[in-house]
Amino acid sequence: MSTAKTTRQAMPEQPPLVRARNFEEVPLGYTPEQAVAEALRCLQCKSPACVQGCPVGVDIPGFIKHMAAGDFDKAIGRIWERNSLPAVCGRVCPQEIQCEGNCLLGRKGEAVAIGNLERFAADWERTHHVCELPSREAATGKRVAVVGSGPSGLTVASDLVLKGHEVSLFEAFHKPGGVLVYGIPEFRLPKDIVAAEVSCLQAQGVKLECDVVVGRTVSVEELFEQGFDAVYLGVGAGLPKFMKIPGENLVGVLSANEYLTRANLMKAYLFPEVDTPIPRGKHVAVLGGGNVAMDSARTAMRLGADRVSLVYRRSRDEMPARKAEIHHAEEEGLNFELLCNPVRYLGDDKGRLTGIECIRMELGEPDASGRRRPVEVPGSEFVVECDLAIVAIGAGANPLLTRSTPDLPLNKWGYVTANADTGKTGKKGVWAGGDIVTGAATVILAMGAGRKAADSIHEYLTWGW
Amino acid sequence: MFTIVNREEMAGGTVILNEIEAPRIAAKARPGQFLILKANENGERIPLTMAETDPEKGTVTVIYMVVGKSTELFRRLKVGEAFQDVIGPLGQPTHIEPGKKVVCVGGGTGVAVLHPIARGMKQAGCTVTSIIGARNKDLLILEDKMGRASSELHVCTDDGSYGRKGFVTEVLKEKLDTGGVDQVVAIGPVPMMKFVSLMTKDYGVPTMVSLNPIMIDGTGMCGGCRVTVGGETKFGCVDGPEFDGHQVDFDELILRLRAYTEQERCSHERCKWEEGGNA
Repeated sequence: MSTAKTTRQAMPEQPPLVRARNFEEVPLGYTPEQAVAEALRCLQCKSPACVQGCPVGVDIPGFIKHMAAGDFDKAIGRIWERNSLPAVCGRVCPQEIQCEGNCLLGRKGEAVAIGNLERFAADWERTHHVCELPSREAATGKRVAVVGSGPSGLTVASDLVLKGHEVSLFEAFHKPGGVLVYGIPEFRLPKDIVAAEVSCLQAQGVKLECDVVVGRTVSVEELFEQGFDAVYLGVGAGLPKFMKIPGENLVGVLSANEYLTRANLMKAYLFPEVDTPIPRGKHVAVLGGGNVAMDSARTAMRLGADRVSLVYRRSRDEMPARKAEIHHAEEEGLNFELLCNPVRYLGDDKGRLTGIECIRMELGEPDASGRRRPVEVPGSEFVVECDLAIVAIGAGANPLLTRSTPDLPLNKWGYVTANADTGKTGKKGVWAGGDIVTGAATVILAMGAGRKAADSIHEYLTWGW
Repeated sequence: MFTIVNREEMAGGTVILNEIEAPRIAAKARPGQFLILKANENGERIPLTMAETDPEKGTVTVIYMVVGKSTELFRRLKVGEAFQDVIGPLGQPTHIEPGKKVVCVGGGTGVAVLHPIARGMKQAGCTVTSIIGARNKDLLILEDKMGRASSELHVCTDDGSYGRKGFVTEVLKEKLDTGGVDQVVAIGPVPMMKFVSLMTKDYGVPTMVSLNPIMIDGTGMCGGCRVTVGGETKFGCVDGPEFDGHQVDFDELILRLRAYTEQERCSHERCKWEEGGNA
């Protein structure tokens, strides 16, 4: 076997110390030669395990075969059959536990870089515009309201518009994309890409309406009164969790939602070229260990922090972030304060944050999540000095829409109860999917839920059940 | 498009009224709720409580003081031009109990927010005594409208250039001493709301204040608008904007409102300098 077959094509990247101070994308993307070389590594398995690992069931060997032949147009066409957001998924999916995690080559060596190939195909199409959009079926005269333009809403809108339904996509913010736009930073997912994917949907006939807060500007009931036949709720889990410890309302303590929304949606890293400011901490503490914590920490570095510390109460092995993100953050100089839990925030007489009193933890018995439970080490309190703290310990269900829809059944945490296979809720004509059903999860799982709901909505609109 | 259909200047051009086309919002809005407005592509999202809504005409009205770059950009918009984004109606509407004896206290541009509430209360059969104040005569707004929305109107200026010389709290104290006040509504600068609330607490008169903390989305997503009310953290955008004045930690609110003072000054200076350069 040649080395080209056995070795995975490395993704060219900006060097760590360069990228840690700019907002440009970290991976630069394959060259066409690299893409072909990587595609040639695929074994073209008869019953491909990679496809099983894909929540939206992309024909992975199928598109890779076209890439290996250098036919990138056909490759993207094949991906589009199952995935309307390939440029996004190629960048933010946790491939290591999905498609690539199942790749046969990965058993002995390195898996085919499926994510990198998907990204290449999508970027190729976006820059060359070679491919025709998928064709739309005859108009059905049915109207669907999709609430929330994040990954699940975009998927539902795309699937249903192609089936000939009239789709209106409502977004509460002034720009479409949901978490892809307000949550995931530019250096991981350039916003032009999201904008391009959304324009694609609009070109297919989806009617986008921003600045509409369903639950306030218009209620779900009113959408039905206005003639919509079905409503899909993909509003995300937009309620920031706080530690609920003393001093949390000091100036300088922000939720990751606020910090990232300022940076990403409002582009506050360009302040004063844009009007929204963002606190630029010298010493920044980020609380949490997931992808949002990594995004916050890496944003803080890019905003010029001298030191950024990740304060996480468990150990590195339990961190829920994508491995690639932890690795990237570490290369960029992130300081880890592991097994460390905040007890209270400290401030000065102007109400500004000066530090966080923390306590050391050790791992005890496994808890309900299967991870070893962190236990406080008595007397081990110490202070992490910081002038900015970003709380990235998770999100809950935002009650704004659900409270205004009284007959929509919720679970005890306030998430919408929906059938796992169809997305059907307990309210007639209403489907839900993504984080508002599952709690904070990944882009691709939200897209998978959107796909199932779109199929179910289509059946309902066609057959009436 | 959120086109401006009417524009007025008040208080010597320092306070601006914009009536904006927003039919969907106008149809739903109720007294006490707020909007988020954004002038242009690079603009900030600014929360402003509505001063007026006209569901038939499909318009909403805001009245604001020009204090920084964002309100300066709003000020420059002419009739026929549009805000890029207007989002709402946000927050909880005012809870109005019919038939009460209410004192409405307003300071500065807070009077604009107070007006629809006072009017709503009067329509609901409340006896409304209003006390409005400003630093001087030129800065006083909506005296006529407040007069129509109240059974009794008192006007104060800090410098005595109009009405009674002194603070609104002095008139309020007299009313409280007379007795029979069921509720006080106070809307204006944070220190005014703080002192009104301290005073009414002594008299045991329930007091409602309307807060305008720093926020981004206005839907409970960012948590930037955290206020401590009765020892608990609340979100100004979804739990408010109105709260029990006796429970609000005003000192914390004042500090939190200063979070971006430096950047706001920088932005405003730049904006004025650029305008100077273009002129």
